[in-house]
Amino acid sequence: MPRRTMIEAIRDAMDVSMGRDAKVVVFGEDVGFFGGVFRCTQGLQAKYGKSRCFDAPINESGIVGSAIGMAAYGLKPCVEIQFADYMYPAYDQLTQEAARLRYRSNGDFTCPIVVRMPTGGGIFGGQTHSQSPEALFTHVSGLKTVVPSNPHDAKGLLIAAIEDPDPVIFLEPKRLYNGPFDGHHDRPVTPWSKHELGEVADGHYTVPLGKAAIRRAGSAVTVLAYGTMVYVAQAAAEETGIDAEIIDLRTLLPLDLDTIVASVKKTGRCVVVHEATLTSGFGAELVALVQENCFYHLEAPVARVAGWDTPYPHAQEWDYFPGPARVGRALMETLEA
Amino acid sequence: MADAGMLRFHVPEPEVRPGGTPDFSNVTIAAAGSVPRPEIDVDPRTIRDMAFSIIRVLNRNGEAVGPWAGLLSDEELLEGLRHMMTLRTFDARMQMAQRQGKTSFYMQHLGEEAVSCAFRKALAPGDMNFPTYRQAGLLIADGYPMVTMMNQIYSNEADPLKGRQLPIMYSSKEHGFFSISGNLATQYIQAVGWAMASAISNDSRIAAAWIGDGSTAESDFHSALVFASTYKAPVVLNVVNNQWAISTFQGIARGGSGTFAARGLGFGIPALRVDGNDYLAVHAVAKWAAERARQNLGPTLVEYVTYRAGAHSSSDDPSAYRPKTESDAWPLGDPVVRLKNHLIRLGVWSEERHKQAEAEILDTVIAAQKEAESHGTLHAGGKPSTRDMFEGLYAEMPPHLRRQRQQAGV
Repeated sequence: MPRRTMIEAIRDAMDVSMGRDAKVVVFGEDVGFFGGVFRCTQGLQAKYGKSRCFDAPINESGIVGSAIGMAAYGLKPCVEIQFADYMYPAYDQLTQEAARLRYRSNGDFTCPIVVRMPTGGGIFGGQTHSQSPEALFTHVSGLKTVVPSNPHDAKGLLIAAIEDPDPVIFLEPKRLYNGPFDGHHDRPVTPWSKHELGEVADGHYTVPLGKAAIRRAGSAVTVLAYGTMVYVAQAAAEETGIDAEIIDLRTLLPLDLDTIVASVKKTGRCVVVHEATLTSGFGAELVALVQENCFYHLEAPVARVAGWDTPYPHAQEWDYFPGPARVGRALMETLEA
Repeated sequence: MADAGMLRFHVPEPEVRPGGTPDFSNVTIAAAGSVPRPEIDVDPRTIRDMAFSIIRVLNRNGEAVGPWAGLLSDEELLEGLRHMMTLRTFDARMQMAQRQGKTSFYMQHLGEEAVSCAFRKALAPGDMNFPTYRQAGLLIADGYPMVTMMNQIYSNEADPLKGRQLPIMYSSKEHGFFSISGNLATQYIQAVGWAMASAISNDSRIAAAWIGDGSTAESDFHSALVFASTYKAPVVLNVVNNQWAISTFQGIARGGSGTFAARGLGFGIPALRVDGNDYLAVHAVAKWAAERARQNLGPTLVEYVTYRAGAHSSSDDPSAYRPKTESDAWPLGDPVVRLKNHLIRLGVWSEERHKQAEAEILDTVIAAQKEAESHGTLHAGGKPSTRDMFEGLYAEMPPHLRRQRQQAGV
């Protein structure tokens, strides 16, 4: 099976979707001729023409707002916001319009759009190239929020998102674009060609939204993670020797609660890990759900490892980013509790 | 150069406040028939002055004059008059229903009936409007059932939107009327996207975007103009300048710009300004702009100069911020009276027939109201189910919502 980077997998997902359905259109800033600042749309304009893949003005609200209008017409726009940090001007369109169109019109109009956004830190991106705003989307009724962690999932989830009849926020951890990253910034990065999840089948396949994946089976503690933190958690488990069960959530909303609850009931302990800031982050929702559903099986308080409650700094990148050492400490504390 | 001294902060003010005498002497009004009618493929650069004038057809004597006249038959004009009268009667009954506690909220169109009623007749089947909350004339003029509108206003068991939406936030794809949102200006860029989609699909349908004077200050107004200009989208960009955004006079949104129409010029979008209380002028200009869009000539911005004669909404009291008699002083008059006078002048209408039509329309509206009220009002009779609250958010209900629906006991 061919191996692809996450960038190539995402590009392939759009290529496959555009080839299968003439209603799929792709646009955003620098997305057309140039092929995107991360190369995710390279070649699509040449292959499908300017009517299907084109450059947009630098106006996030305009990109999402026009996509909503296109979806109301009957197209299936898959648009790009260059960095998740720049989605805020489109927040009104995403939360008040895209999320609610089906509900408020009782199905008279629908909004099958996908909004792709590179997300996450670990790249010396500073304050506005590192944010993880997923909690600002999971709090919005009517949106679906997806965060893939590898090329295979990225392609299958993106095709599923494009085919989904409702609006999907598709957050792409840009730190994972070229290879998995476990937080050891002092070591060379392994490319996806050396990783089994870099195997990406040709043609059409989907990874269903709302289904988590167990990346490492274990019995001592359950780790709930997504995006880059999946690899950080794996490194932390190996380095501490703790038999952790690591769940890659893949879709945050709808959430695969069954997989989470089954695991925590088995291990009796749970650590939640994300890059986003702690307070009111998505981890708080996960902790609440685990507490509600697994209270009588818990043998320790549910722990959270997250970004600090500060803007994402530049020089202090590795003091901020929750690396394997911090996650490892949390695993040990949870076992000792 | 003299010493500039301290800077002074500028805040525009309307010329008259409550207690003052209304004065519109600053409003320059072109004579009916005086503005030329260019070909639709005109070079936009050659008609920039049209953004600063006012296209008018009906003169003081009720005659249709000039190059924008002569598009509508007597029958079509009589139908237009009936639409405007129906909307006005509908408004009055629903405003009263709100006062009687049958619903929570209402917004009237008083004085602006010509804008949406006449515009609708310039569109073709399949075209899509992206209206604000003050274009219900689009539905009335397209034959959308009044009973259904009232069911929505009453949030009753027959409400097509299942009680989820605030009154008057209608939605009808079938009638080319996009779902209304409470968030101002969002629909303006969505209309441009819809038009882009029609062009991408090599379709022949066009979109119409709607916005008020106040909401042009929202950033989505700018977004829409940029996208419409860049992609030459087949869209008519309508600005209804009724002089007021709740309590805020139009000068606050307009600032130093000469007119709202002039906003289009910087985007290379041809911009027309039209007498919004002149049914014939509104229709003729809408037709011109729609034809441009349909011929792939791109977007047109149209500013309708009118006056919000009623309160902003059922929650508003305009006497707190403007003179009570200001609407009487409005120089463009009343759209219903002006079309009525024109039809009388044509010899196809009379004061007597007008009174008779008023009575007939009132009967029709009251009959619709009775039927709607048989399905319930906000606090009495049939209402949407609690289950409807959980349905229809996603195509398929996700597990967490299923659990919450069970918790709610439905």
